[in-house]
Amino acid sequence: MTPLADLWPYLVLILCGFLPNDLWRMLGVIVGHGVAENSELLIWVRAVAIALLAGVIAKIVVVPPSALATIPIAIRVAAIGCGFGAYLAARQSVFVGVLAGEAVLVIGAVI
Amino acid sequence: MPDSIEPFKNVSTTTAETPSHRSTNAFLDGVRASWTSAFTLVLIGTFVGVGALAHDYGFALAWLALSTMLIWAAPAQVIIISALGAGAPLIEVALAVTLSAVRLLPMVVSLLPLLRAPDTRMRDLVLPGHFTAASVWVESFRLLPRIPLERRIAFCNGLGCGFMAAGEVGGAIGYSLAASLPVLLTAALLFLTPLSFLMSSARNCLILSDRLALAFGLMVSPLLVYLQIGLDLMWTGLIAGSAAYGVHVVWRTLR
Repeated sequence: MTPLADLWPYLVLILCGFLPNDLWRMLGVIVGHGVAENSELLIWVRAVAIALLAGVIAKIVVVPPSALATIPIAIRVAAIGCGFGAYLAARQSVFVGVLAGEAVLVIGAVI
Repeated sequence: MPDSIEPFKNVSTTTAETPSHRSTNAFLDGVRASWTSAFTLVLIGTFVGVGALAHDYGFALAWLALSTMLIWAAPAQVIIISALGAGAPLIEVALAVTLSAVRLLPMVVSLLPLLRAPDTRMRDLVLPGHFTAASVWVESFRLLPRIPLERRIAFCNGLGCGFMAAGEVGGAIGYSLAASLPVLLTAALLFLTPLSFLMSSARNCLILSDRLALAFGLMVSPLLVYLQIGLDLMWTGLIAGSAAYGVHVVWRTLR
């Protein structure tokens, strides 16, 4: 009795999430060797993956999901900047950085 | 040092007759090892953010749980959740996910020599391959050398299951918190993802091109969004990543 529409998100999950992601893991299992640890190609691959993730981070801050959109963009940007500054100041502690960023976001939104 | 704790390591043909209880015990050892790992807390924290994101974009809790099981890579999950949630075309989502996942190939390849015995079948490596993500990868390199070769695959699967359970717990917590907290606190939960991803990426940067890719990606993406260019995530990765690599090559040649 389940309408096809209910299953659609799961089909999308498999086609646009599971397969394009696990493809590379399975290729790794099949290829198994011959990929040098520090080849030039891998340096580029890592740079692309990092840049893409940075893009996702920036997009969540600039074009945020609904609840986060209730906080002005200036506060969001300030919070991520302060968080990163605290992370650097605390000798690269992710915990301190996240805490500081959250504090700026919440205090900035309340004031 | 770790080699001295392997008195029973036997590279002869007897490894093919592994009794099932031995692999069950190795699996449980792996699960236990995951619980005492610092990564469990990090995973719970990360997936609280992912869970909150999934709720805010209107995905079902079952969908989130399945995505953690099938994708098992927080960056790819954040990409698919935020891109689908914002209404991006499916092909764009798939391309962005796959570009973010290429990095998993060298991780799997470098892990295999630790797992493979002479008689290991390829299908036994499928599950450890699927579990390969930052957490399992780092902890495998730390823990596997102490484990006898014939127990390593089961141990690695246990480790992966334990970490995945932590991800599922974190995801469910974040999802239900986002459903019940006031808007301000939900916003704070959602903000966990950009904050923690930014700083853990920065921490994982090894060389100049990694750092530049992070900085360029942060700048290029909002620009492409502002210019309303299609496939903006894919282009951010390719443009900012290649530019970072280019600067890295030039810098290295000049030096």
